[in-house]
Amino acid sequence: MEMTVAEALIRCLENEKVEVVFGYPGGAMLPVYDALYHSTKIKHVLVRHEQGAVHAADGYARVTKRVGVCMATSGPGATNLVTGIANAYMDSIPVVIFTGQVATALIGTDAFQEVDITGITMPITKHNYLVKDPHKFPAIVRNAFHIAATGRPGPVLIDIPRDIADAKIDFKYPKTVHLRGYKPTYRGHPNKIQEIARLIKESKRPLIYAGGGILSSNAEQELLQLAETISAPVTNTFMGLASFPGNHPLFLGMLGLHGTRYANLAVTECDLLIGIGARFDDRVTMNINAFAPNATVIHIDIDPAEIGKIVATHVPLVGDVKTILAALLPLLEPTDRSEWAARIADLKEQFPLTYIRDGRLKPQFVIEQLCAQTHGEALVVTDVGQHQMWVAQYYRFQRPGTLVSSGGLGTMGFGLPAAVGSQMGRPQQQTILVTGDGSFQMTMQELGTMMEQGLPIKIFILNNSVLGMVRQIQEFYYQARYMAVNFKFHPDFAALARAYSIPGYTVQTEEELQKVLPEVLATPGPALVNCLTPADENVTPMVMAGKGIHEAIEC
Amino acid sequence: MKHTLAVLVENSPGVLARVAGLFSRRGFNIESLTVGRTESNDVSRMTIVVEGDDRLIEQVSKQLHKLIDIIKISDISEDEYVDRDLVMIKVTADPSQRVEIMQMAGVFRARVVDLGRKTMTLECTGNEGKINAFEESLRPYGIKELVRTGKVAMLRGSKFSSTNGAHTADSKEG
Repeated sequence: MEMTVAEALIRCLENEKVEVVFGYPGGAMLPVYDALYHSTKIKHVLVRHEQGAVHAADGYARVTKRVGVCMATSGPGATNLVTGIANAYMDSIPVVIFTGQVATALIGTDAFQEVDITGITMPITKHNYLVKDPHKFPAIVRNAFHIAATGRPGPVLIDIPRDIADAKIDFKYPKTVHLRGYKPTYRGHPNKIQEIARLIKESKRPLIYAGGGILSSNAEQELLQLAETISAPVTNTFMGLASFPGNHPLFLGMLGLHGTRYANLAVTECDLLIGIGARFDDRVTMNINAFAPNATVIHIDIDPAEIGKIVATHVPLVGDVKTILAALLPLLEPTDRSEWAARIADLKEQFPLTYIRDGRLKPQFVIEQLCAQTHGEALVVTDVGQHQMWVAQYYRFQRPGTLVSSGGLGTMGFGLPAAVGSQMGRPQQQTILVTGDGSFQMTMQELGTMMEQGLPIKIFILNNSVLGMVRQIQEFYYQARYMAVNFKFHPDFAALARAYSIPGYTVQTEEELQKVLPEVLATPGPALVNCLTPADENVTPMVMAGKGIHEAIEC
Repeated sequence: MKHTLAVLVENSPGVLARVAGLFSRRGFNIESLTVGRTESNDVSRMTIVVEGDDRLIEQVSKQLHKLIDIIKISDISEDEYVDRDLVMIKVTADPSQRVEIMQMAGVFRARVVDLGRKTMTLECTGNEGKINAFEESLRPYGIKELVRTGKVAMLRGSKFSSTNGAHTADSKEG
């Protein structure tokens, strides 16, 4: 069937069962937007800034486990996507990005709104394409969706010159993908799986260190079964949170820089560390020489390049986490490890996660209350900074995949647009955005998108009028020389919410919060709660730079 | 230790930038890199020489594997292989020195490819050691210009590293 490439793009999206596209139009993308005008199957969400489009697609992908799609025009439209693309890349999120480009004849001439976006995004995409031959376009889109969603997922960008978008092709969507240089390994080596089963059997103090790979592989059930079968405690990386029930007796919470002391000490004491879908990130390991010093290390990951990158692994195993765990489980016998369990219980009792309640509204208290009132079952989206770490510590996620946050890149401003995408992906689930006064102001224009789409997101700003995480670092490492962290002016966030027709509240005591919270959570529709919290509250425990994770300090 | 990687890549635009970019952003040093087409029109072959220990080379290979356009990587320095480098050197050469230089070139089986009023241009092919020796022997005459292709390499005997299958010890399917 003959049609333009722009029309073919819509047909490709329909073939990929895409329902929502987040985007922002512009000159070079007009043929595509004209084609969208005629589509009845694809909903386009107009954001307020292109960064919002890519974060929304990212959030949507995380909660739906499908490929998120966004589009923007050439030049500034494309460059505004860059942070969001890097964010999706660092967290291994499947997103397909379409950008407009100047006409083929103008490429390389510094034309109006021209930028080499494939060049710019080369290091932050899993792959990217500049379409030069219109007839190859359907195959490129097919490949892009395949690459984004399989193996270790990631973003793929397709740059479409304006004249290519208008070119006529005979449309046929390819049924198969042919990529001879891309064949991810899914099944783990059977001998290695046997070896792992043997090591688990011999181990007295096994510990599971589970990351985001559990979630991208949908292996939450297998993880739970593994932990319960072999009686091994589970610690999560930040990206791995909400892959294991937060109230489970075997759960240790997050490890690393701001991890629980008992998780970090258990890592130090374990004799077998079973790393699954995690990458030994520097925020997890801290001083690498002091990380799991007594342990035999098993590392299961779909990306061969992660294995042996940071730590020497005794048993490396490349493959899909879910497939591997399913093959491993029948080889294991239920084991009771009461001595190790007693030691873990002892650590939990000796070094609990605590904060000081002194009458002021503590941010940790806000998160604890949110968790209690939602029974740990809400979909929680966060921004980046102290509030993010408090969510990681104090929100006990009960359901798989209910935390949406920027882990690897640490993108302030991710929260609100990601919440928009998340809520659109799971319209029935209560969605809460926990943000900070710094992060929120980076992308708060997306309140417009949120209201336009009628999304009932509940926003909680932990507002301490300071860039808290930076302030904390300046306190510890720069002798409290606070530079460029105090906001001397803030808008009235509750009033700002009301300007967007969102009910706005301000609370600054525990009582006020407890009074407002049930009403806010029970009332349909959006709400914004501006929580005024102390500026000098630090995230603890904290492992100082250069120290091992067993040396965390509390204050 | 120096490793020689034979890398088969899709002959698509940007593939060189992808490889070069990967090396620079991951902090790997390229000793030399050559690229050209192979027996198949849609496949190019890069010969990349990298200096580093086994762990670094493993990371280089694994990171290269992640690029979609890379079809196959073989660290051929683990096997017997033949390698060649081509150099062209322009040296100062008065007419009185020409015979001497040409004799020297004969030792290295180099050829004279151009003559100027006061210069000679010589071409020499061989492995890295030979090329280095040739360069040193011409240095006393005054090298005005020198250009090298960088190394190309191929496994000896019936082993091969191509898209035609067979030698798959380090292929992506492995």
